[in-house]
Order: sequence, then structure tokens, then C-alpha cells
Amino acid sequence: MTATQILWQNVVPLFGALPVTLEVLGLLLVVGLTLGVVLAFVQAYGRRPLRILCIGYEQLFRGIPPLVVILFFWNGVTPALGVPVPGIIVAALALGMRSAAYQSQIFRGAIQAVPAGQMMAARSLGMSRIQAIRSIILPQAFRLAIPPWANEYSSVVKDTAFVCVIGGLIDLTRQALMKLAPLSMRRPVGTQLILPYLVILGLFYLALTYSGNGLLALLERRLRVPGFEMKGKVER
Amino acid sequence: MTFFEFAGTVMPRFLAAVAVTLELTAVGVGAGLVLGLLLALTRVYANRVLSAIANIYIQFMRGTPLVIQVLVIYFGLPPYFKAVGLKPLSSLAAGCLAMALNSAAYQAEYIRGAIQAISSGQMQAARSMGMTKAQAVRHVILPQALRIVLPSWSNELIYTLLYSSTVYFIGLEELSYASMKVASKTARVFDSYIIAAVLYLVMVVFLSRILSYAETRLRIPGLSVEERGR
Repeated sequence: MTATQILWQNVVPLFGALPVTLEVLGLLLVVGLTLGVVLAFVQAYGRRPLRILCIGYEQLFRGIPPLVVILFFWNGVTPALGVPVPGIIVAALALGMRSAAYQSQIFRGAIQAVPAGQMMAARSLGMSRIQAIRSIILPQAFRLAIPPWANEYSSVVKDTAFVCVIGGLIDLTRQALMKLAPLSMRRPVGTQLILPYLVILGLFYLALTYSGNGLLALLERRLRVPGFEMKGKVER
Repeated sequence: MTFFEFAGTVMPRFLAAVAVTLELTAVGVGAGLVLGLLLALTRVYANRVLSAIANIYIQFMRGTPLVIQVLVIYFGLPPYFKAVGLKPLSSLAAGCLAMALNSAAYQAEYIRGAIQAISSGQMQAARSMGMTKAQAVRHVILPQALRIVLPSWSNELIYTLLYSSTVYFIGLEELSYASMKVASKTARVFDSYIIAAVLYLVMVVFLSRILSYAETRLRIPGLSVEERGR
């Protein structure tokens, strides 16, 4: 077999593992988005003790590597529960809770970027606080949050590679790791194929990053309200 | 054994691992700064071909997981090293190299953004005063750009610290690998990872304190980013 054929033979299984990575990515984004929005709300509008609690949560999850969070959840928490939890759920929760800590900062920044006068104006028109948040603040804040959210998306795509430490969860990276040993057995050409093989694996992640960012840019353009673009950048 | 007795007995191993984590971080950020600065200058001032090459490198390193980069350097490159008669890298050397090459790509983008944030009129003014382009970059652009970059640079330092855990995959005993080993050897899984988490948090808090101190010390009144309304 030629080198290209051997390489292709090992690349095909990566397509089989792609859905697992996509599932982890989708689920973790849902967890991170939901929890992140709640945390942002509490920080923007909640009482002081609750706010401090949220800041504590953020500092905690932003200060621990994703790998350690996954290992802790998978090897520490899951066996202690006593009931079997699928690896994919553990992966999504571990990475999602970490992403929530970053996403809450994005949404809090976006909420606070909407000028405070708008809340006063809405209230003076007779809207309740909830109404003002729902119909005035959030529609603007969510639009503002899209660009920094795209950054967060790019960074969690790469974090999904860490879920390969969860036994039985065969994502892109785990699948590639499983192929490295058999690949290097094919001497003499095999060991030299590891480099191009890993680069191809990298291209899978690049494709995920670019396609996701493209969709988000499209969403941002679609949702833009002419004349209401806000210049202010939301810092992460 | 209580938690604290356990922590006491395994602490020497954890602290040795912390030293490796800090070494990876320091080398990664330090060497990454040098290489990142070169990449940023190439992106902004070099000809189109070099700039495009630098861009491809930056996009690939920023768009792929660090795990893959670590594996490339530790498993992917050695067969080619052998072909030209070089020795394979130790896991520590491979880890440091991966951290530096990765951090360089991120730092290059921060520095490029900062260089471009400085108004082009300053370059024109410097050139019209008889400075060469290199002099203008060295004495006028960079001193400002590197100050603008400092806040993102402290983020980068924290990121590098956290993601140094990636060398776990080549079996280099830094903090994450040590906690995994201790967890499986002693079967005190919870305690091991909690010790690791606390050590990471302590490092993060400590490093961010040092950096915000550096930021205040290096600030030039009237030239800070906020005052210039970037």
C-alpha cells in the first residue's frame, strides 16, 4: 500500500468519531449558555450575597484546567454517585460548567453595555422591571454578545479534545490516539505518517472552528437592526 | 487518614509537579513572547508572502487543540529528526517547545492588535524626523504597543498555566499528571484532584496579582489605554 492509502485508511475512522465530538460540543454549549445566562443575570440584577457566590463560581472554574475538571468529574464524582452516568453527559457537564464561567462574563458585559438610561426610560413609560429587561435590555444585549461568544465557541471546540480521557468516549482525538500505535508499526513509512495524520486531525478541528464562526457571523448580520448597531466592544 | 494528613504525605510529589508546571508556563510564555513578537512584526511590516506564512502558522496554532500540537512535537517530528541525525526530544523539552510554539501564536495576535491600535501618524512623524523604520518600531511603536498588550498578556499567562496540563498526554509529570497518578495509586481520587485544584487556584491568584502590579508600575500617566479612548 502506498503512504497515501495507509493515511486515508486511518483518516476514515475520524469521520466516524466526528459525531461524538459534535455531540459533546453541542451539549456543552447548551449547558454553558443556560448556566452562563443565569449567572450573568444574577450578577447584573441579583442581591449582593448571590452576586458574590457567582463571582466565586467564576473564579473557581476559571482557575482550574479543563483536563482536571474532567478528570475530577469522571474519576471522582461519577463513581461516588453510585449510578452509571454516560461519559458524554459527564463530558458536557464538566466542560459546560467551565464554559458557563466564561460565558457569564460575556453576557454580563453585554447587559451592562446597554446604557442605563434605557432602563430608566422603560420604567418611566410604565414597564415593569421584568418587562424592561425582556423587551428592551436583552434583545440588545444578546446581539452585542455574539462576537465575544464566537471567541468562546472557538476556545471550547479545542477543549473538547480533553474528553478523550473519559473511557469509552471515542471522540476525534481518542480515535486518532488509538490509531497512532498501529500506524507506527507499519515500518518504515508508518512513523513518518504520524505527522501528516495529526495535521489532518487538526484540520477537523479547524473546520469546526471556521464553520461555527461563519454561522455566528451570519447570525450576527441577520439579526442586525439597521441604525441600532452599537459601537461598544464587549470585552471578555 | 484525614484529608490534611493525606495532603501532607503527598505534598512533596505535588510540589515537584508544581515546579514542572511553572517551568512549562515560564518557558512557554517567555519563549512565546520572543517568537510572538517576531510573528507580529512579520504580520504587520514584512512583505506579503512572509506575512501570509506567519498568518497560516498563527491560524493553525490558534485553531487546533494544544493536545494535537504536543503530540505532533513528541510523536510526529522524531521520525524526521532521525532522518537528519538528530536525537528525539525528552518529554520535558517537547512539552516546553509545544507550549512556546502555541503561546507564540496567541501572543502574536495580541501584539499585532496593539501595534495596529497605535495611530499610523506616529510612524509618519517618526520617519519625518529622520528615524529609520526599524528605529521607529523600536523606540516609538513597541514601547506603547507592549504596554497596551499587558492586560491580554496576563490573560495569556493564566491560559498557559492552565493548559500546561496538556502535556499529561505525553506522560510528563506536571500537576495534572501527578494528581491522576496519586489518585489511582492511593485510591483517594477526590482528595487528590482537590489538592491539584487548590494548587492551580493559588498559582492563578498569585500570578494575576503580580501582573496587575506590573501593569500599574509600567503605566505612563496620560498614555494609558482608557484615557486614549481606544
